[in-house]
This record gives sequence, C-alpha cells and structure tokens, in this order.
Amino acid sequence: MAVTAVSGVANRPIPRLRRLEDERWLALTLLAPTAILLGLFIAYPFFEGVLLSLTNTRVGIEGGFVGLKNFEKVWNDSIFRTAVWNTFWYTGVTTVFKLALGLWLAILLNRHFRGKALVRAFILLPFIIPTVLSTFAWKWMFDPTFSVINWTLFQLGFITKRINWLGDPDLAMASIIVVNIWRGVPFFAISLLAGLQTISPELQEAAAIDGARPWQRFWYVTWPLLLPVTMVVVLFSVIQTFADFQLVYVMTGGGPANATHLFATYAYQIGIGTGLLSEGAAISLAMFPFLFLIVVVQLLYIRRVETR
Amino acid sequence: MALVSIRNVNKVYDGNVHAVKNVDLEIRDKEFMVFVGPSGCGKTTTLRMVAGLESITSGDILIGDTVVNQLPPMDRDIAMVFQNYALYPHMSVFHNMAFGLKMRKFDKAEIDKRVRDAAAILGIEDLLARKPRQLSGGQRQRVALGRAIVRHPQVFLFDEPLSNLDAKLRVQMRVELKKLHERLGTTAIYVTHDQVEAMTLGDRVVVMKDGVVQQVGEPLELYNTPANRFVAGFIGSPAMNFAEVTLSASGGKVWAEAPGLKIGLPEPVARRVGSRNGTKATVGVRPEDLHVAGPADPAELCFDVEVEVIEQLGSEIVLDTRAASNAFVASVEPTLRVRMHDRLRLAINPNRLHLFDAATEAAI
Repeated sequence: MAVTAVSGVANRPIPRLRRLEDERWLALTLLAPTAILLGLFIAYPFFEGVLLSLTNTRVGIEGGFVGLKNFEKVWNDSIFRTAVWNTFWYTGVTTVFKLALGLWLAILLNRHFRGKALVRAFILLPFIIPTVLSTFAWKWMFDPTFSVINWTLFQLGFITKRINWLGDPDLAMASIIVVNIWRGVPFFAISLLAGLQTISPELQEAAAIDGARPWQRFWYVTWPLLLPVTMVVVLFSVIQTFADFQLVYVMTGGGPANATHLFATYAYQIGIGTGLLSEGAAISLAMFPFLFLIVVVQLLYIRRVETR
Repeated sequence: MALVSIRNVNKVYDGNVHAVKNVDLEIRDKEFMVFVGPSGCGKTTTLRMVAGLESITSGDILIGDTVVNQLPPMDRDIAMVFQNYALYPHMSVFHNMAFGLKMRKFDKAEIDKRVRDAAAILGIEDLLARKPRQLSGGQRQRVALGRAIVRHPQVFLFDEPLSNLDAKLRVQMRVELKKLHERLGTTAIYVTHDQVEAMTLGDRVVVMKDGVVQQVGEPLELYNTPANRFVAGFIGSPAMNFAEVTLSASGGKVWAEAPGLKIGLPEPVARRVGSRNGTKATVGVRPEDLHVAGPADPAELCFDVEVEVIEQLGSEIVLDTRAASNAFVASVEPTLRVRMHDRLRLAINPNRLHLFDAATEAAI
C-alpha cells in the first residue's frame, strides 16, 4: 500500500514549491523582496537624483541637460560653503561628545546597582521619543521669551537679561549641537553597554591581579576589546548626523540668516522651498562623496581591527 | 617564604547568604593546599578572598606576616590562574605573559628574560607570537600558567584550572602542575571539585561543604580516617558504601544490624561505640575493602548479596550488589567469574570498617 502511494506522488507533475529545494531558486526568492525594496526606494531615487542634478529642472518646468552647471553654481554659493562647514563642525563636535558621554554612561550602567533595569530603560527615552516631538520641547526651552533655561540662569543670578539662544548664529549652532548630543547619547550608551557586557569580568580580575590600576585596566583591556563595537557605533552615528535634517529644520530652520544650515536642510530649502529642484539635488548629492569616504575609511578600519 | 593564614574568616553575601563560615586554616610555606568540595561549598569564595577579589565579612587573612584584608589584589604579591584562563584576547601570548611585569614597571630586558624562561619551562616558546584564539585549550592553560609564573609571586592561586580540559589532557596537566610545583616551590592554593585532583596534587587537602571546613589533612589521612560521613563519601572512587544500622550488644560483641545485614563490629570500633545499645548509626565500607568471602574470613564480617551490575574494568571488577534494601559496590579481583543475579558472600577487610553517628554524621 505504502509503495503504491509513493509512486502515485512521483507520477504527478512537480509542484511549483518544489523548485525552492534548489538553492539558487531559494536564494533568489529570499533576496527578491529586499532587492525590490532597496531598488525602488534607494537606488531609483538616487539615480533620479543624479539625473535631476544634471538638468535645470524647476517645480513645474521640465528642464534640459546642463551638465555640471548646478554643481558649479553651488560651489560658488557662500551659504552652501557655510552649510558644508556647519555639517562637519556639527558632526565632529557632536560625535566626540556623544562618544565620551555614551562611554561614561555605559561604564556606569555596567555596574551593579539597585534599579539597574529601570535606569537602563529610562536612558533610552531621548532615543525613543520622535525627534520632531522632543525637538519642539527643546525649542520651547530655548525660546527667547519663555526659555526655562534663561529663567533658571536668571534665578541663580548668572544672567541679568535674556539670552536669545536661537537668534544668535553661534548660540543657535551650540543649541542644536546640545540637542543632537542629548538625542544621540542613548544610542552610544546602550550599544557600548552591550559591547561592555561581552567582555568577561574575569579579564578585569586578571588585570587587577596583574597590577593594573583602574584606568590602566580600562586603557589596556576594556578599550581595545570595545573598539570594534565603538567603531560601528561611531560609523552609524556619523552617517546619521552628517545627513541630519529633522532637528535643525524644527529648531532653527537653518537660521538665523542661514547660519545653521546643514547639507540636508539647505538642499531642502533650495530644492523644495524655492523650487529649484535640480540645484537642491546637486546640494544633496554633494554630501555623497564625503559620506562615501567616511564609510570606506571606517569599514577598512573595522576590517583591520577584526583581522588583527 | 610565604605562609597564608586564614583566621576565622566569614563571608556573607547581601546580608543573608552565609557562603563561608568561620574558616580557620594555616597554609604552610611551599605547601600545595587543595580546597575541594561540591559546587557552592565556599571553596572558590575563600580563594577569591585570599586573592582580594572578594571582600572579607569578618576575620583576617595574612600572607607572610602581613594582614591583607584591605589590600587590593595587586599589592598582595599573588598570581591567579582562572578556570576560563582569562587571557587577554587582543594580546599575543608574549604580551599576555608580560602584562603583569609591564604594569609593575620591570625593564624590557628583564621582562623578555622572564617570559622566555617561563615559556621554556612550559614548552610554549613557539607560541609567543600567537593570539589566544589560535591556541588549543591545553596551550591556553599553559599560557595562563606562564602569566602566573613570570611574576615570581609569593602565592599561586588556582581556580579549577583544569576543569575545561578534556579528560586525557587533564591527567597530563595534573602531572605537569605537580612537577612545576616541585620545581618552583611556591606556596599554592588550588580549588577543585574533583577529588582525584585533590588527592593527587595536594600536600594537604581541605574538604568543604556548605561554607564549613569538614576536614583538613594529607590525602591518605582523609582517605583512611575521614572525620565524618561527608568526607568519607566525597573522597574515594567509587564512593564509600553506607548502610543505616541499629547497634546492639550481645555475646560480648557489638552488632550493627540492618535489613539483610548483621555485622559484628571489630574490637577498636566496638570499644569506641561503648554502651550505645539501640542507637542508630551509619556503617561505611569502601568498595576496595570488600572482597568475596573465603574460609579465613570471620563470619561476623560477612554478608550475602545479589549481583545487579558487573563493570569489567580490566584491572578490577566493580560489582553493584544488593543486600535487602542496602546497595553495596564492591571492587573485586579481575579473575573472579561472576554473572548477573549470582548470589555472593562478601567480607569486609578487618579494621576497614567506618562507623558514623546517625545524627551528627561524625566518625565514631
């Protein structure tokens, strides 16, 4: 009975699902959704952006091919130069602070104390709250009239008149940097904490017996072992910060007087705000070589650390 | 040059877990002292208190003449070998071994000399440039030992250093550790849960249970005259047989009776028991102290059993037998012809019978 049943199955045409038993078909099937999504929402817009930047298209006007004219124009634009400088400054300063504070928090959180789980969860709050929402709260705190920061400083006797946080170019930059650090530290802290937890406590004990003082234990044991994780976290953070938009858009809109524009906000202002689509595309594309370089350098470094 | 004194030391975790209770020990200079016991008996905690990795709740620990209670590990002049080796994964073997010397600001030439000397002793000269992950378990263990040796410390502390190795390598490393200790003569404290390691390595052995020291003594002392039922059962393999008995005196002898068993206690034991007619006790006999009864064996030391399992080990036969409700393991001559469910008459070697108080479990 069993034998006839089996031969009956064999005589039927091969069901389509059977094809998946072939690894090539299976691989293709599994990769397809990701490939389609990436192609549709990343590769296609990127390709369109490149094409757009080579034309003189505006909103409502189909433009023609103009070569690298847009890039030339952007290069001679002083606001663009400010935006480039701002982006590097913003990314550099925030990354240094986020790494330092994140590492410090991670080391503190790696200790045993009462309510550890709760504190760890709370640390994540700035990261979880939608950026636009939390940035609006910060905007209120920096508001020239209603600033709680001004009120506090005034009550403590540090200032006698209001500070116009977002009205002064330097203070405005400092303000968005502070907010970015506030928002980014949890990601560093939690990621580095995860990294710290993979390091066996026995190594610390062995180093302590070997005669290493606490900072030597950190420098010779913890830090080198944490470095691969640190590099990945820094890589992600730099890419995100470099291309940041929401925070600056909500806080200052690039002002005062275009003093706090980053690549993304300036590209938006030119491309969408004033309708010069092709020029906006050129500005955002100018970001690409820098980001590409950062990614290549860091990936090479990570590979070196891993094979060391 | 270093004796270690552990004076009435206690360890209480979180105010309620009493992990180590009134441990009072003197480890002599150049002695190889082994702490043995089941997991959770406080042996590792005691070692970590000596190392300075764990604070002492009460009592004193001295290394040499110095009270080290408050000293950090680095100032105690000790070296420790961890169960999982705890090698620095990002450093080469050389730098793993050199790290402690580097931290203590030895000059480069001296570090180089000491590392190479230790590597030569351990036979790992060829591995100095490798990373720990490129080494086998046995090689890692040697590096961990090397890291301890180069420091020339006053005391070596070993925390179950062989338990991650496979059985064959463990035996080999055990022999090497013994040789190493002969050669260096450094005072050593060695923690293990393996009684064979304890017996073979220790000059003296401390048996612990539930944070309390059960007995301290030379290996054979523990084997021959265990202080209580726990030590008797823990030391020796296969483990000692126990039977709950009731004592009674008749015909000028003291008898120990249990279902299927009636043994006349040998003279010295009987004298120690005295007039404890009707009291409960535990009889203990090691498997190697049982043999198949012959005409020369006194009848009061013999009892009948049924064979349940036969384990042929080549050098001996281990029999699992049963006398009514009491199970007895006997290790007998390899020449014995025996089959399952055979009935045998076993005899206890005179003067090898142990008796323990039923309530306190102390040896009588």
